Amino acid sequence: MLLIPNPWTEPRPDVEYSYGGEAHIERPKNPEALSDAEWADYLFMRTNAKGISLERWCHTHGTRRWFNIARDTVTYEILVVYPMGAKPPKLEKREYL
Amino acid sequence: MAQEFRLAEGGLIDRGKPVSFSFNGKALQGYQGDSLASALLANGVHFVGRSFKYHRPRGIVTAGVEEPNAILQLGRDPRTDPNMRATQTELYPGLTAAPQNCWPSLEFDIGAVNSKLSRFFPAGFYYKTFMWPASFWMTYEKLIRKAAGLGRSPATRDPDRYDQTFAHCDVLIVGAGPAGLAAALAAARSGARVILAEQDCALGGSLLSEPEKSIGGKPALEWVAAAERELAEYPEVRVLKRTAASAYFDHNFVTLLEKVTDHLPESERPDRLPRQRLWEVRAGQVVMATGAIERPLVFRDNDRPGIMLASAAQSYLKRYAVKPGRTAVLFTANDGAYATAIALHKAGVKVAAVVDLRERPEGPLTDEAEMLGLNVIGNSAIVGTTGGKRVTGVQVAPLKIAGEVVTAAPYTIDCDLVLNSGGWSPSVHLFCQSKGTLKWDETHDCFVPGESMQKAQSVVGSANGAFDLKSCLAEGDKAGAEAAAAQGHKPKGRKKPAPKCDDTASFLPARFIYCVPSTQPLGQGGKHFIDQQNDVTAADIELALREGYRSIEHVKRYTTTGMGTDQGKTGNVNAIGIVAAHFGKTLPEVGVTTFRPPFSPTTFGAYAGRNVDELLDPVRTTPIHVWHERNGAAFEDVGQWKRAWYYPKDGEDLHAAVARECLAVRETLGIMDASTLGKIDIQGPDAAEFLNRIYTNAWSKLEAGRCRYGLMLGEDGMVSDDGVTACLGENHYLMHTTTGNAAPVLAHLEEWLQTEWPEMKVYLTSVTEQYATISIAGPNARNLLSEMTKIDLSSNNLPHMSMTEGEVAGIQARVFRVSFTGEPGYEINVPASYGLALWQELMTAGEKYGITPFGTETMHVLRAEKGFIIVGQETDGSVNPRDLGMDWIISKQKDFIGKRSLYRSDMEDPNRKQLVGILTEDPKEVLPEGAQLVERLKDQPPMEMVGHVSSSYWSPNCGHSIALALVKGGLGKQGQTIFAPLEGGKTVKCSIASPVFFDPEGERLRG
Repeated sequence: MLLIPNPWTEPRPDVEYSYGGEAHIERPKNPEALSDAEWADYLFMRTNAKGISLERWCHTHGTRRWFNIARDTVTYEILVVYPMGAKPPKLEKREYL
Repeated sequence: MAQEFRLAEGGLIDRGKPVSFSFNGKALQGYQGDSLASALLANGVHFVGRSFKYHRPRGIVTAGVEEPNAILQLGRDPRTDPNMRATQTELYPGLTAAPQNCWPSLEFDIGAVNSKLSRFFPAGFYYKTFMWPASFWMTYEKLIRKAAGLGRSPATRDPDRYDQTFAHCDVLIVGAGPAGLAAALAAARSGARVILAEQDCALGGSLLSEPEKSIGGKPALEWVAAAERELAEYPEVRVLKRTAASAYFDHNFVTLLEKVTDHLPESERPDRLPRQRLWEVRAGQVVMATGAIERPLVFRDNDRPGIMLASAAQSYLKRYAVKPGRTAVLFTANDGAYATAIALHKAGVKVAAVVDLRERPEGPLTDEAEMLGLNVIGNSAIVGTTGGKRVTGVQVAPLKIAGEVVTAAPYTIDCDLVLNSGGWSPSVHLFCQSKGTLKWDETHDCFVPGESMQKAQSVVGSANGAFDLKSCLAEGDKAGAEAAAAQGHKPKGRKKPAPKCDDTASFLPARFIYCVPSTQPLGQGGKHFIDQQNDVTAADIELALREGYRSIEHVKRYTTTGMGTDQGKTGNVNAIGIVAAHFGKTLPEVGVTTFRPPFSPTTFGAYAGRNVDELLDPVRTTPIHVWHERNGAAFEDVGQWKRAWYYPKDGEDLHAAVARECLAVRETLGIMDASTLGKIDIQGPDAAEFLNRIYTNAWSKLEAGRCRYGLMLGEDGMVSDDGVTACLGENHYLMHTTTGNAAPVLAHLEEWLQTEWPEMKVYLTSVTEQYATISIAGPNARNLLSEMTKIDLSSNNLPHMSMTEGEVAGIQARVFRVSFTGEPGYEINVPASYGLALWQELMTAGEKYGITPFGTETMHVLRAEKGFIIVGQETDGSVNPRDLGMDWIISKQKDFIGKRSLYRSDMEDPNRKQLVGILTEDPKEVLPEGAQLVERLKDQPPMEMVGHVSSSYWSPNCGHSIALALVKGGLGKQGQTIFAPLEGGKTVKCSIASPVFFDPEGERLRG
C-alpha cells in the first residue's frame, strides 16, 4: 500500500500505478551486433537489489506517464522520483542487519 | 434467581434497562452495557464451549479481544456469525448465542472421549497419522473437519451491506485508553486532523475497569468523559468506537474495521447504515496506544471453566458489576494482580487464598491485601485443579527457591473461581505488522517495540512497556503533540500541560515462570495448556523440541500454538519461554513469530465492500447491444465485453445456429458487430517510423487509403498481438487490435514511446468506444453496400486491403475493405451513437439477400477454415511468427521490437511447436480443443506428447471437421499420421494437413 509521488500530481496510492521493472536498461542501439548471451543479458538479467532500487513506474490509472523511482526495497521508502531520461540520482549505499 | 451474581451497585451498566437474550437455547437476562460474557457470568454461566481437539469443557478466560475460549455462534441464518468472542459482543435484546464445538450438546459431548484418548493425540498427530496412503487424505480430512467444527458459516446469501471508506488524517491514534486519549487531546489541541480508533464501545481502555484511579484530582472516568466531550468539539477530530485497527501496511496505511450496527437488535438496524465499514486510512503519523494483554500462568489443568485472568475478573467486577464466583483463589507471580483479590474481597467474594510464586510476596498491593487479612501463601504454586464443568478446587504445594520443583505433597483449597496472572505482554501486533522490530524488556519481562521500520509512528503507554498510569499519560501527551507538530500543527499559545497524575504503580515486583511445575513430569496427570483455543500444551511444545524442531516458527506450525482465531494473544510468550528454557536460551534469542494481519478476525463482507455482483467487474456493451438482446443472441464474455456469440433461431442449439450462420456468410451475406475491436488513433510526423519499430513488417510505403496486416511481438520475439492498420492520411493511422488486447497494446505503445523513444513525435489516442464497427461479409456484401452509399466500391477504386471515407446510409463513415472470413467484406466505422441506426438500415436493406447476423463463434469457424490465427488461441506467449508459418511478415531490412530474439538459437530450432492443420480420419469427429497429440501410441499414458489442438470446429463449408494445432516440427510433417488420445481411453486418428482448409488460393476475395 505504497503512497507514490510522481512528477505531475500529488502522491497517489499504489493501486493507480503499474510497476515497470528496473530502470536505466537502455535498448541496445544495434541489437544484431550482439551475441546471444549479450542479448539475453539485456532481455532477462536484472539486479534485484536489496536496498536502493532504481525502478520504472507508470501512473496507469492517472496521468499515464512513465517516470523513475529510487526505492528502498527493505524499508519501502521512496527516496527520489525523477523523470524518464534523467540521470540516476547519487544515493549513499545503505547497510542493513 | 436471575442475575444472582450481579452486584447491587456500581459498574457501567444500566440497571433500568434489562436485556433479554438466549444462550444454548436458554432465556437469560442482562443489562444494557453488558457484554455477552458479563451477562453470562451475571447468571453464573462460565461453561460456554468445548475445546477444539479434546472437547474439554471451557469457560470465559478474559474480558477482551484476546479471548481464546468463549467463541460462540451468534444469531440465526442468514445473519449467523461463527467464532464471535463473547467478551467483545455487546448485549442487545434478542441476541441468540450458541456454543459451537460440541455434539450432540454442550452438556453431553461425544468428542470428549478424545480427552481420555489424549495420549494418542500428540503434537503433529495429523501429520503423523494421516500421511499414508496419501490418496486417503481427502477422506480423512472430511471427517476431521466435521469433528473439529469451528462454527458454521451462513447457509444463504449475506443480506447485509458493507462499506469501504478512504480517509486521510494528520494523526491516527489506535486505542483510547489513558495513553491514547492523552495523545488525542494533545494532537487535537494543536489543530491536527485526528482519527481516534477504539475497538471497545466506550473510551477509557483499562480505566473502565479501574474506576478508583484518579487523574487531575478527579475520578479517572470523569477525566475520560471530559476528554470525550472536548474531542467532540474539534471539527477535525473523528472518534471511531467499535473500530479495531486490523492491519498496518506500508507508508502508514492502516485499515480499521468499524462495526456499525452489530450491537443493535436486528429490528433497529437502520437501512441507511452498512453493517460494517472498512476504513482505509492514510495517516501522516500513527500513534499506537494499543495497551497490553495479561499473560496467563501455565499450570496443570489450567483450563477448567471458572479459571480466568486476574485482570478479567477485575473488569467483570468493576465495569460490569458482576461477581465471577463465590470463593476465589488468586494465583499470581506479581504484585499487580493483588488489586483483583482486594476488589473481590471488598465486593463480598470470599478470597480463600492468594497463591504467590514469589519467594517473598511484597509490594504495595500485596501489603494492602495482607493488611486486609487475606491468606497469602508465598513461594507456592497451584499444581493441579479439580472439577469438570466448573473448577471445584486447587492443589497447592510449596516450591523450591529456584521455582522448578515442588518440595512437598500438595493440599487442596476449595473454590469455584481461580484467577491467575503471569505478567503482561504489550500489544505490539500493529507495530510488528508495520515491520518494527522488538526488544526485550528485562524489568517487565516482555517484548516491547524496538526499532521502527516505518517512520512517522510511535508506540505509547503499556504497549510500549509503560505499565503505570503516570507514564501512560505522559507518553501519550508527548507523542500526540509531537505527531501533530511533525505534520505542521502547533498549539496556539502555550501548550496545555499533560494531565496530572501521580500514580506510578506498575504490576511489579514480579517473578516470571513460563511453566509452573507440578507433582509429576509435564504431560502426566493433567495438562498444562498454553493455547486453549487450539488445545496446545506445554508437553506438546516439549515433544516438538525433542523431535528436532528448533525455529519458533516451525514449533508454532507443528504444534499449531498461536494459530487459532485469537492468534495466541495470551499464550505466545509462554510458548517462547518454554522453548527458551529447553535450549537454555533467553526469550529474545528464541524470538517471536511473525505478526500478520488482521489483528482480530474480520468478515469477508468488509473486505468485499460494495464490490459484489455487477459492481465487481464492469460490463462493457457495444452501441448495438440492445439489438442483439432483442434478437435472442447468446453472449460470450471477451474481457469485460459482452459479445454476441450466436443467434439461435427456432430452438437451435449452438451447433445448428453456427452451421446456418457459416453457410449464409459463404453463400450470400452475413453481418457482425465488431465494435469491440481495439482502435488506436496514431498521429504525428514519426508515426510511420513508429509502426516500423512496433510491427514486424514495413510501413514506410503504406499510402493513404491503404491497409496492412501487422504482427506485434514482445521483445522476447513472441507474438503478442495482430490486426489491420490503415493509413488514413499523411502522418495519420488507425490501428486495430484484438478485442482483449486493446488496453495492453496501447500501454505497450506508450511505454516504448515514453521510455525508449521520447524524441519521436507520435500521439496515441484510444478510440475503441468512439466508433461502432459493423462487418458485412459474403458474396453479396458489395451489392448491399453499393445500395447505401455513393462511394465507388469497384476493385479499382477500393481493392482488398484499402479504405475510404464517405456517407453510408447518410452517416459519415470510414469503409475498410478487409476480410477475416475469407469472403469479400467491408468493415464500416461510424460514430458510436450511429451504430445501431446503421445496423438496422443494413438489416432492412439486406433482407432480400437473406442477410444473417453472425456471432463470434461463426467468425471463429470461418477464420479457422482460412487458417487465420487468433492471438491468445493459437498463441500463448511462447509462439513466434515462424512457428505460425508467417516468415513472410518478418522484415529483413529493419529492426523492430523482438527481432533480435527471433535469431536466438532455440527460436530457430526446427523442432519447435509449429502451426498445422489437423484432419480427423473420421470426418465427423470433432476433436476437443486442448487435446494432446502423440506420434507413437502406447496402451496407456504416459506417452510422448508432441503438440496440442488449439482450435477445433465442425466446418459446414468443408463438410468435415477442421482443427488447428501446434505440433513439434509440424511444418515438415504434412500428411503424417498423428493421434489424439482422449479422456476415457478413446483415441482419434488424424493426419497433419495445411492449416488453410478453404479457398487456399483466395479466389473469393478477387474481383
